[in-house]
Amino acid sequence: MVNIEIDGKKLRVANGAMLIEAADEAGIKIPRFCYHKKLPIAANCRMCLVDVEKAAKPLPACATPVTDGMVIHTKSTKAIAAQKSVMEFLLINHPLDCPICDQGGECELQDVAIGYGDDVSRYSEKKRVVHNKNLGPLINTDMTRCIHCTRCVRFGEEIAGIKELGMTGRGEHAEIGTYVAKTVSSEMSGNVIDLCPVGALTSKPFRYSARAWELRQHETIAAHDCIGSNIFVHTRHEKIMRVVPKENESINETWISDRDRFSYEGLNSKDRLLTPLVKENGEWRETDWDIALRVVVEGLKDVVDNLGAASIGTLISPSATLEEMYLAQKLMRSLGCNNIDHRLRQQDFRDQDNAPVIPWLGQSIKDLEQVDAALLIGSNIRKDQPIAGHRIRKAAISGANIMVLNPVDYEFLFPVTEKIIVDPRRMSKELGAVAKALFELIGEPFPKGLTSLLQDVQPNGQHKAIAQHLKAANNGTILLGLSAHTHLDFSTLRALASLISDISKCTIGYLTDGANSPGGWLAGAVPHRNHKQEKITSDNLNASEMLRSNLKAFVLQGIEPEKDCANHSLAVNSIDQAEFVVGLSMYKSDSLLESANVLLPISPFTETSGTFVNIEGRWQSFQGAVSSAGDSRPTWKIWRVLGNLFNVDGFDYMSSEEIRDEVRSFSGNIIPKNKIEWQCPTALQNNMDGVVRIVDTSIYSIDPIVRRATALQQTADALTPAIHIGEELASRIGLMDSDQAIVRQGDGEVTLPVKIDYRLPAGSVLIPPCELGGTYLGHEYSEVKLEKI
Amino acid sequence: MANEVCFKNHHLDKPWTLQAYQSTGGYDVWKKILNKKTQADEIISELKTSCLRGRGGAGFPTGLKWSFMPRNAPGEKYIVCNSDEGEPGTFKDRDILRYNPHALIEGMAIAGYTMGASVGYNYIRGEFWEPYEHFETAVKEARAAGLLGKNILGSGIDFELYTHLGGGAYICGEETALLESIEGKKGQPRFKPPFPASYGLFGRPTTINNTETLASIPSILQNGGKWFLEIGKPNNGGAKLFSVSGHVNKPGNYEVPLGTPFAELLEMAGGMRDGNKIKAVIPGGSSTPMLPGDVMMDVNMDYDSIAKAGSMLGAGSVIVMDEKTCIVKALARISYFYYEESCGQCTPCREGTGWLSRVVNRIENGAGRPEDIDLLLDVSKKIEGRTICGLGDAAAMPVSGAIKHFRDEFQYHVDHKKCMVSAA
Repeated sequence: MVNIEIDGKKLRVANGAMLIEAADEAGIKIPRFCYHKKLPIAANCRMCLVDVEKAAKPLPACATPVTDGMVIHTKSTKAIAAQKSVMEFLLINHPLDCPICDQGGECELQDVAIGYGDDVSRYSEKKRVVHNKNLGPLINTDMTRCIHCTRCVRFGEEIAGIKELGMTGRGEHAEIGTYVAKTVSSEMSGNVIDLCPVGALTSKPFRYSARAWELRQHETIAAHDCIGSNIFVHTRHEKIMRVVPKENESINETWISDRDRFSYEGLNSKDRLLTPLVKENGEWRETDWDIALRVVVEGLKDVVDNLGAASIGTLISPSATLEEMYLAQKLMRSLGCNNIDHRLRQQDFRDQDNAPVIPWLGQSIKDLEQVDAALLIGSNIRKDQPIAGHRIRKAAISGANIMVLNPVDYEFLFPVTEKIIVDPRRMSKELGAVAKALFELIGEPFPKGLTSLLQDVQPNGQHKAIAQHLKAANNGTILLGLSAHTHLDFSTLRALASLISDISKCTIGYLTDGANSPGGWLAGAVPHRNHKQEKITSDNLNASEMLRSNLKAFVLQGIEPEKDCANHSLAVNSIDQAEFVVGLSMYKSDSLLESANVLLPISPFTETSGTFVNIEGRWQSFQGAVSSAGDSRPTWKIWRVLGNLFNVDGFDYMSSEEIRDEVRSFSGNIIPKNKIEWQCPTALQNNMDGVVRIVDTSIYSIDPIVRRATALQQTADALTPAIHIGEELASRIGLMDSDQAIVRQGDGEVTLPVKIDYRLPAGSVLIPPCELGGTYLGHEYSEVKLEKI
Repeated sequence: MANEVCFKNHHLDKPWTLQAYQSTGGYDVWKKILNKKTQADEIISELKTSCLRGRGGAGFPTGLKWSFMPRNAPGEKYIVCNSDEGEPGTFKDRDILRYNPHALIEGMAIAGYTMGASVGYNYIRGEFWEPYEHFETAVKEARAAGLLGKNILGSGIDFELYTHLGGGAYICGEETALLESIEGKKGQPRFKPPFPASYGLFGRPTTINNTETLASIPSILQNGGKWFLEIGKPNNGGAKLFSVSGHVNKPGNYEVPLGTPFAELLEMAGGMRDGNKIKAVIPGGSSTPMLPGDVMMDVNMDYDSIAKAGSMLGAGSVIVMDEKTCIVKALARISYFYYEESCGQCTPCREGTGWLSRVVNRIENGAGRPEDIDLLLDVSKKIEGRTICGLGDAAAMPVSGAIKHFRDEFQYHVDHKKCMVSAA
C-alpha cells in the first residue's frame, strides 16, 4: 500500500494501481474515453491527463502508477487546461450529428463535452469523413464519429480472443475496421456497442427505434444459458427495445453474449401467441381463459379418470422458472402423475438414480478462471455458455492446460493443450483410456468392474498427457458439456468422468442447457425425485420414455418438441398420436398447431416474475419488465389457477415470491454435491458401423425465443440446414461441397445441401435440427443413411 | 580534428570491408572482451567517463542507459539498434551503415555482452536499400570470421545479430514503435512506463541505441573514455556527425568534435551558396526549433550550447536556410510532414498535426486570418507534452520556434496575402 493525495484527499491505495483506479475508488471523477477497467491500458485518448506534483508534464491517470507520496490535482488549472485541450482536439473532426445519432443522450463524448468543451469550434476546416464498414447484422457503424479510443480493438484482442477489428492507416487517416472486408463473428461482439464511447458502433437491430431518454431500465436475468448473466432490459411503451449488461463481477463481469443481448427480438415475434386457442373439430378458435382452462381441466380429468394419471406426460423447458417448474410438478404429482421432466435433450437415463441431486458446476463461475487444468468433455463452451468460455479463456491465457474430448473440432479462441476429436461413439472409450492412464500413473487399484470394462483400451501418449496434467493440477476441473448430456453414453461418460475426478482430485462440473436446469432439479421437475428430493420409484417416465410410451396426453411448457427434444421425429409423432395435448406456449409454432388441442399463451421471462438458479447454484429472482403481451399470462399464474380448478390444496399463492420461498423451505439447505458412487458401466460402445448424426444444437437455435431473434439468425453462427461432413467421409460416399443429398434417419427423410466441414471426424455428420416439408429426422448420435442425388 | 570516431576509416579503400576495418584495430576490443571477460561494470564506467550521449536526438547519457538494464535477470534480453533514420535533414546513420558497418556490429556485440543480451536487431529505415545491403554483407563477413554467432571465438559467449528493414514509417524511429514493428505489429509507440529496459522487445528487457552511438563504442573502449571526452568538452563528450544540408556549397556529413563553432562547421560545408546571407538554421533536424542565422553564427555545436540558444542539437542535422527562404513555406513543408507521419494513436497529435498543417498552409497560400498566428501558437502548445511519444512535440516545436523568431514574416503573409521574401 502507498499513501497518495488526490485533490486534497488522502488515500491509501494498492501498490502498482493506476491513478485512475485510485481516483475511481475514491469517487473522484476523471474524464476518460479509452480507459476501461476490463481492457488493457492504451493511454491514447489523453482525456485523463492530470497534474502530478513534481512532474513537468500532465500525466495520463490511466497509465501512471501510483507512487508513495504522490500528490495529484485533477482539477488544477494545469489539469483542466490539458483536459480541455484534448476535448477540443477530439471535437474538431467529430460530426455535429447528435440529433440523429443513436448514442445521443448516453454518449460519453457528449457528456464530457458539456464539462470540458467550448461552445464554438475554432476549427473551420472540412471535417474528416470515414466510410462505414459492414460488420454484420448486429453492429451498425458510423465511422465518422469514431474517436479512435480502440476499446473495440482491445476488446477483440483481449476479451473475445479474436482480432476482428483493428486500426489501419496513419494519423488523421487512421480508421477502425476489419482488416479485410468481413463481418464480425465473435459470440460476444455486441459488447463493443457498450464499449464504444460514441455513436460509431451502435446496435443494428435497435437503430433509430428509440432515444435513450425515452427508455426505462429494468433489471433481470438472461434466459438462454445456465450462466444467468445479469442484464438490463430497456423498454418503451411496454415494449422491449434492447438489452444491455448489468455488471456482476461474479457472473458476467461487464459483458454479455450476443445471444443474451439480441434475443429480445424473438419476444416481439409475429407468431407470438396472444390469446388462448382451442381446437374444435380440427379448427383453431380464439377463446377466453375461462373456456380454455376448462377445456384443459376437462381434457386432463378425462384422461386421468379413464386411463390413469400415468398416461399423461409433462415436458417442461429447462428455461422455465423455478416457480413454474415447481407448480407444474406439484400439480401433476397431486393428480398422481410423476411423468415430468425438463431434461428434454438427454437420451441416456440409465444412471439417473445414482446422479447427483443437483448436477452443478461444482465451483463458482468466477472460479473457472482460476483453474490450472480443465478437461472439457463434449463441450463447445465458447458457443454454448459464452461467459463460462470467457472465464476458461482467461485461465488458458494465464497458463492453464485446457484439454478437450469432443465429437467436433470446435474452434476455441485460446490455447488447447490436448485435443481428442473422435467419432462420438468412441468418446467413452477415449475417456476410459484417460481413466486407465490416470490409474496407472497414480498406481491406484482399479475399482470394481473397471478392469474388464477397459480391457481393450490402451492409453496412448495423449491420454497419458491428459492424465498427467490432471494429476499435476492443484485446481483442476472436469466439465461435462452439452454434447455429453445429449450423448447416448452420458451415463458412461459421467461415471468415468466422476472416477477421474475422484482420483485426480479435480472438481467435476456440469454445463447444462437452459437457463434453469439446476432449478428443475431443485423444484422436482424430474420424474424420479420430487421437490423434497424423495425418490419416486414407480410410474416415473423420463423425457425419453414418455415419448416412447404412447402416452394419451401431453402437457408441454415453453417448448417446440421438434426442436427442443432429443429425438425430433419421435417427439413429433409421439405427441401427434396423443389424444389430448395442452401447449403452454409463447408461440403459435407449426408443430403445436398440428398436434395440440389447447394452446395457452404464456409470458416469457421479461413479462413475469420468477427465479432462475444458475449452474453455480445461485438463486436469481427477477421481476417482469413489461406487462404480459396480449392475453398471455405468467405461467406460474396459469399453474396456480389450474391447481384451483383441480381443487388441489396449497395453490393459493399471491406472488411468485411466495412460491419461491416454499421451494426454498424444502431445498434451501441442500448443499449440492457432484460426487457419485462408482457404478461400473456395463460396456463401452463397440458398434462402429455406419454413419451417425451429430445434431449440435447451435448457439442460436437453443430455444424458441432465440430461434425467432431475426438479427441473430442472420449471423454466421446461425446454422442453416445442411449436411456437414468431413472430407474423408464425403469422398468415400462420393459427395462434394454444395451437392444435394438425401438423409434418412428413422422414418424421416430430407434432402439437404452438402457442406464440407473440416471439424468433423470420419464416421459422423453434423445435421442441425431441421424440418423440411413436415418431416423430421431422429435423434442425435444415431445412424443416418446418406445418398447422393 | 575531424573524422576520428565513426568516420575514422573514411580515408581507406573500401572502408566497409572487414579487412579495412580490422586494419585500424577493428574488433580488437571485442576480442579482448571475449578473451578477458571484462566486467560489464568496467565497460559502463568507461562509457560514463566518456560522456557519450545518445546520438539519436535525445542526448541521453549512454552509460547511464546501459546501467538500467537488468543484465543478470534470467531469460532473453535484447539489444536493438535504431537505424530508422527518418528525421528530415538527418542522413548520418546512412553513411555509417554504408562506410563503417563493422563499427556498428562490434558496438552492438559489445552492448549485447555488457547488458546480457545474446540477440541484437538492427532496424534499418525502409528506404535504405544500399545501406541495408552493405550492413548485411558486413554481418555475413563478421559471422564467417567467427565474430558473431554461438560460442564466439571459443569464449562461450553468444551473440546473434539480425537486420530488420522497416516499412517506411517515420514513427518507427520512435523506439517503442520500432519494437512493435519488429514484433510484426503496426508501428505505434507504446506508453511508458513500463520502459523498454524492463518490458521491451517481445516483452523482454531491451536497450535501444542509435547507430552512431553504438558505432562509437569500439573507438571509446579502444582509446579510453577520457580520450573520447577530451575530443569534445565536459558533459558533451566526443565527436559528432553533423549532416549539413540546405543552402550551403558542400552539403554532407561532417564528423567534428562537439563544441565546434557553427561558423567553422559552415565553413567546412563550403559556406553559404551563391554568397547569400544566412537567414535561419534548424540545428538538429526538422523537429527542433529553428534559430536565426546571426544567433547561430555565435553558437557552438554541442548539446548544452544549442539548448542555451533555445533549440536542440537533436541528431545533429543542420538545415541551413539563406535569405531567399520563405520561413512560412519552410514551416508549411515541415508541418505537412508531421501531419502525414503522425501514427494516429493519440488525440493531440492525430488531430492537432492536421490542424497545424492546414493553418500554416492557409497562411502560406494567402488565406490566413488575423487570429491564425495565435491559433498556431495555441494549438502547438496544446499538443506539446501531452502525447504518448515525442512526435507531438516534434510537430509543435518547429511551429512555435518559427513564429518566435520570424513572426513578422507570418504577419506579412496574413496582412498582405503574399510572401515577404518573394515580394522583396
